[in-house]
Amino acid sequence: MAIDPVLIKKDFPILDRLVHGKRLVYLDSASSSQKPTAVIEAMSQYYETTHANVHRGVYTIAEEATRLFEAGRASVARFIGASSTSEVVFTKNVTEAINLVAYSWGRSNLNAGDVVVLTEMEHHSNLVPWLALKAERGIELRYLPVTDDGLLDLSNLDEILDGAKLVGVTAVSNVLGTINPIRLIADAAHAAGAMVLVDGAQLAPHLPTDVKALGADFFGLTGHKMLGPTGIGALWARAELLDAMPPFLGGGEMIRDVRLDGFTPNDIPWKFEAGTPPIAEAVGLSAAVDYLTAIGLPAVRDHERELTAYALTTLRDRYPDLVIHGPLDASLRGGVISFNYKDVHPHDLSQVLDESGVCVRAGHHCAKPLMRRLGVGATARASFSVYNDGADVDALVDALATADRLFA
Amino acid sequence: MPGLEDLYREIILDHYRNPRNRGELPIPPAYAETGFNPLCGDEITLYLQLDGDCVDDIKLTGQGCSISQSSASMMSTAVKGKSLAEARATIRKFKAMMSIHEQRLDGAEDGSEDDSGDAEDEVEVSLGDLEALQGVVKFPVRIKCATLSWNTLVQALDHLSSVQP
Repeated sequence: MAIDPVLIKKDFPILDRLVHGKRLVYLDSASSSQKPTAVIEAMSQYYETTHANVHRGVYTIAEEATRLFEAGRASVARFIGASSTSEVVFTKNVTEAINLVAYSWGRSNLNAGDVVVLTEMEHHSNLVPWLALKAERGIELRYLPVTDDGLLDLSNLDEILDGAKLVGVTAVSNVLGTINPIRLIADAAHAAGAMVLVDGAQLAPHLPTDVKALGADFFGLTGHKMLGPTGIGALWARAELLDAMPPFLGGGEMIRDVRLDGFTPNDIPWKFEAGTPPIAEAVGLSAAVDYLTAIGLPAVRDHERELTAYALTTLRDRYPDLVIHGPLDASLRGGVISFNYKDVHPHDLSQVLDESGVCVRAGHHCAKPLMRRLGVGATARASFSVYNDGADVDALVDALATADRLFA
Repeated sequence: MPGLEDLYREIILDHYRNPRNRGELPIPPAYAETGFNPLCGDEITLYLQLDGDCVDDIKLTGQGCSISQSSASMMSTAVKGKSLAEARATIRKFKAMMSIHEQRLDGAEDGSEDDSGDAEDEVEVSLGDLEALQGVVKFPVRIKCATLSWNTLVQALDHLSSVQP
């Protein structure tokens, strides 16, 4: 069923506010999405009626809180096609999920000279943990290059994968929008004997996600980019991998027994969840997953693809000098459009657009190696979610005229 | 709410469109220092050539927004040919102007710009065109843009004073 953005917008209270006297046109969902009433109310209701620490008390509200928290885990597990809730570890975000893999799996499986393959379009969160491991113990990093069209260059895939132990790749670029052929890469990686880590930050909110169909061994998602709250994300990994991995952070919750001469870790997934977890956030993320599921991810994808196609066409028609990075075919990309306009710096573009209530991100988008590949210091980026519509794109296109007047 | 006209004054746009002292200087005798704004990815390389106690020449390369580029351009004209004491005084005065916002949060008086503690050494300088950047303080996110080249100049001056007797 097609999405009706007029109805959807009503679900997001923040879209009622004005900025500089103008309607808020929020085009920065790749950075962080807005939240529907269902998520906000689920979290406040939890705090108003149920809050207690989880996995501790035997009293009623503690049991209810534990049940809600674990129900959140089950929602996420179903949402991404996991076999079991024990494969879903709650983290802060994808950044922590990848760091968990690097610290726990990486430090017990990678030694000097071992190869990790990444791509030139990775977010810093899928670069820095591996660069740190390179500095710490001399692993070798190789990179899949990016073509001039903004796609991954897979022409030397087998050669680059030769001898690799892990491939870390983003499912959807947060800068270019490129939807990468994860299954193809995963099959080649597995044939080469490598594990596959998928950064799903920009995938899970926008496209149907099935970790097994992707061929992933590790998969990370972030709640606040998928209509949920900040402070919660998840790492999915196959149970046997998680079982074999040592704990990441130590503390409460992650143990079965602690003696003065040692400790025994808890079962998965709790083995990786030290300290009181983000409980209300799990409740909120569960509501977000329910909200997205009710719309249907295929419908979300259709809506955002049509919007992206409309934006690509309108921007290029109106501003022939606008440089759009990444593939120009909307079927190859998610709802993320990075662009540069003449010599106008993205900071100035974003500042001018704000005057019209239009929120776009300006900067390197935590992807400095990709900025260098594109030959720019920064880009402006408009990104879409379920609540955006053609009028939002028109507002962006119209507001760019002010930049023309001031700077061009 | 502050408007764009507070930020993008004509003189700022002029320095942005026609940056002064753009380019490189041979090293040595010049010294080069690179500054980064991790927020937006802007990079600036500053070439500084001293003649004894005087800023003999200064040039800048790099990329950035209208605020960082115009601030760098105006900075170069403000310190070129000046004594080191005057350059340091200009830096202090400019930074004080940029941090008016924070001082107000602290409840400090406007215009109490000198917190350097060495007022007896202070030489009188005028910010001139640089006053046009005053509007930036109404846009706190952009203060880092305006101060990028200044922080880079401080790094260069500190380095040169540490290697010279």
